[in-house]
Amino acid sequence: MGMTHIVDRRLNGKNKSAVNRERFLRRYRHHIKKAVSDAVQKRSITDIERGEKVSIPTRDIEEPVFHHGQGGRQEVVHPGNQEWVAGDTIPKPEGGGGQGQGQGKASPDGEGMDEFAFQITQEEFLDFLFDDLELPNLARKKLKDTEAFSYVRSGFTTQGVPAKLDVVRSLRGAHARRLGLGGARKKKIRDLEAQLAALKSAPEELDLAFSHADQIRVLEEEIARLKANVRRIPFIDEIDLRYRQHLKQPKPATSAVMFCLMDVSGSMTQMHKDIAKRFFILLYLFLKKNYKKIDVVFIRHHTSAKEVDEEEFFYSRETGGTIVSSALKLMNKIIQSRYSPAEWNIYAAQASDGDNWNDDSPICSKLLSERILPQVQYYSYIEITPQDHQMLWYEYEKIMEQYPQSFAMQQIADPRDIYPVFRQLFERKAA
Amino acid sequence: MSSLIDRPNAPESEQPRAGSPISTSSEWTFDLIRQYDEEIAKCAAEFGLDTYPNQVEVITAEQMMDAYSSVGMPVGYHHWSFGKQFLQTAKGYQRGQMGLAYEIVINSNPCIAYLMEENTLPMQALVIAHASYGHNSFFKGNYLFRTWTDASAIIDYLVFARHYVSECEERYGVDAVEEILDSCHALMNYGVDRYKRPSPISAAEERRRQKEREEYEQRRINDLWRTIPKANEDDDPVRRKTRFPAEPQENLLYFIEKNAPLLETWQRELIRIVRKLAQYFYPQRQTQVMNEGWATFWHYTLLHRMYDKGLVNDGFMLEFLQSHSAVVYQPPFNSPWYSGINPYTLGFSIFTDLRRLSENPTDEDREWFPDMAGKDWLENLHFAMRNFKDESFIQQFLSPKVMRDLRLFAIENDDQEDHYKVTAIHDEPGYRTLREKLARQYNLSYREPNIQIYSVDVRGDRSLTLRHIPVDRVPLGKETDEVLRHAHRLWGFDVHLESVDEGVVVAEHHCPQGTDDEH
Repeated sequence: MGMTHIVDRRLNGKNKSAVNRERFLRRYRHHIKKAVSDAVQKRSITDIERGEKVSIPTRDIEEPVFHHGQGGRQEVVHPGNQEWVAGDTIPKPEGGGGQGQGQGKASPDGEGMDEFAFQITQEEFLDFLFDDLELPNLARKKLKDTEAFSYVRSGFTTQGVPAKLDVVRSLRGAHARRLGLGGARKKKIRDLEAQLAALKSAPEELDLAFSHADQIRVLEEEIARLKANVRRIPFIDEIDLRYRQHLKQPKPATSAVMFCLMDVSGSMTQMHKDIAKRFFILLYLFLKKNYKKIDVVFIRHHTSAKEVDEEEFFYSRETGGTIVSSALKLMNKIIQSRYSPAEWNIYAAQASDGDNWNDDSPICSKLLSERILPQVQYYSYIEITPQDHQMLWYEYEKIMEQYPQSFAMQQIADPRDIYPVFRQLFERKAA
Repeated sequence: MSSLIDRPNAPESEQPRAGSPISTSSEWTFDLIRQYDEEIAKCAAEFGLDTYPNQVEVITAEQMMDAYSSVGMPVGYHHWSFGKQFLQTAKGYQRGQMGLAYEIVINSNPCIAYLMEENTLPMQALVIAHASYGHNSFFKGNYLFRTWTDASAIIDYLVFARHYVSECEERYGVDAVEEILDSCHALMNYGVDRYKRPSPISAAEERRRQKEREEYEQRRINDLWRTIPKANEDDDPVRRKTRFPAEPQENLLYFIEKNAPLLETWQRELIRIVRKLAQYFYPQRQTQVMNEGWATFWHYTLLHRMYDKGLVNDGFMLEFLQSHSAVVYQPPFNSPWYSGINPYTLGFSIFTDLRRLSENPTDEDREWFPDMAGKDWLENLHFAMRNFKDESFIQQFLSPKVMRDLRLFAIENDDQEDHYKVTAIHDEPGYRTLREKLARQYNLSYREPNIQIYSVDVRGDRSLTLRHIPVDRVPLGKETDEVLRHAHRLWGFDVHLESVDEGVVVAEHHCPQGTDDEH
């Protein structure tokens, strides 16, 4: 006695499995990348900073070992015999040689057992996203880290770790659920009991078809059934659980507005738009780290421009010709009316396949250099095309010379080309 | 659920027994844990439990998941499969489905047991009794652990293994190391000597010998393969006089480590590490029912002893018994929760019944257990714990009463019949066969396919042939080809696997896969 050492290990050696987890993600990076890439398509660009659920087919992650297959003569001892005696036979289920005791396990929440599902964190999500964009580490760090954070209580959530369980909330929910599920029935029970009492005290009437005793029996059965129902309502259920939720909020400087301009004429395919979307996401993430409040304005254009919501911006199709200046004009108008350059840091990103009505390109150039560029922090243009440049590109090249500080342009054929545009942005910030 | 919801403090016992309870609240403190441990230790001494010194470590839920996912090794090498395990565990825990996660104990000296900080005080006491006195005395007393594992050396060895693996990763790349480990894990169950006592594990010895071995091994392997083929002598494999190996080898990993032609020294060392760990875990795999049964019997007995002494109150016992009955619950075969026989239930039932039949034997007991019935129960239990493994333990001590209580029955599924057949139940004519069948079910060499190294074509294409001896015509499972690919990766040349039933080849697997006879 007295030989026992009691050690408090709670403060050290946390997260020992981090390396193993990292190894696991590394091994299945193809699956995860695909999940991340699918998620990027589904998510809003302002909703890129959270984890993601990834599913991998179980057969891909199995660790094989030698084991017995089905067949031959197998004998197993089970508990809980009810009526069988030695020598009894039980017909096998149809479908040929099926195994009686199922080997597969049903999953309690309907998630298929042939899928191995797990959550990746926000940080891992971004890492995989940046991997896709071939973002260098320094830039990644800048995007992921913010200097200051604060944790803000933000209500309750139905998922969380036990440590954050809010007992009062959960029990209140359980109480409400029990009332909701049982209230009507309890009222019915009271009514029936009143009827029953009345019936018992009332004098016997001569109704042979439905005698008093029968009526009482019917009522009592009904009451018993309802009570059994009420009893089956669990005191507390998983859906009652509430967890306190805390959100990490960055504490950066002031406000910024980000204009996303995109050509949606017939020549822009969904693939073009997806590349553009990644570019916009990156810009958004960058701004988010530097500004407290960010507005995003989506302007789409073909021959005329229109301010739209994100869904319409990325996913509705148009046809027709292209007049880029229409979008620039609209952007200018919006700046005038809503985003005074004195109060807002203005960023703009324009994506296009380079098509424009030739006579319009000089107009664009003029609009940009005279009206827009003096007001904005940074204007980036990406041309998503593997082909030769057209008029617009050459006009923009002139602007580039004029405003090397706030204008950047890049040709992109592939998601990995997106980053170079950003490098300029970061270099400028670092200087 | 129960551990998540605060419950009001249990009322004090109305009639205080001899002592006064150590505590009445369900909050634990380090001081209280110490007091409980001291009292449990006194009770354990009364029952003659002989243990290694204990080390009790309080950890967080997250750390528990860490420990859980590295198969209980306190320091494991890094591998993606442990990461997968962690994700699975974390998911289970967050949904509140995690089973007996408050108990992990390591077969080491001192014996390390983990307590989770979220547990209530009665739970902590239960875990201490279960792990630090139950499992601990089993590790120290059972013959398999005594002969096959060295509790004082394992931690050092694990540290050595972890360092060695990371060194290899630095030198040869994570992928190269991962490939070898994957393949070793696939054959891990075939990395043990079942009958021969292995040399003891020692990290220092490993390090010292590693250098020598490096040179010696490589030379030895070259000798084996430096053969100039002599024409006409060996052309016909049937006429070949000597087979290599002369006798079939059961330890696949050992054979590959020593004889695979192309492996680098570091790769052989990795095989050796996995093999040593397999050997370390081998006794645990053979004594699950006994080990859990023993630990459960003792937490039950020790805490009741505490109650008799008045050291714990009714509220404590209520909570303790609730957990205890959850642990030993055995769903019947037709329940949706059924997933085989619960080893806790089976082991606990047998030990409990052994005590019963020692103290209050019936005529039936006297007939079945002439040497045990009516004798000192403690001596009987200790004898059973020390000298058996699951298979022989069940064969010796599964009593008719336990078979009746659990309503055991055996069912036969023969693919040549169109009916399942009930072959024995818990009745007079069935007891002996039922017991035999259940015992066999825990025999590892019956549970896992019998596969051995049969021959190596030393002079020819260097291919390796494994032999599977089916029992009752049971074929190999679906993953066989997959495992063979791993064997092929380690061996470096073609690998064949033939199932030979009474001299007739009934199935073949090849890697790389041949054009014909694929099943």
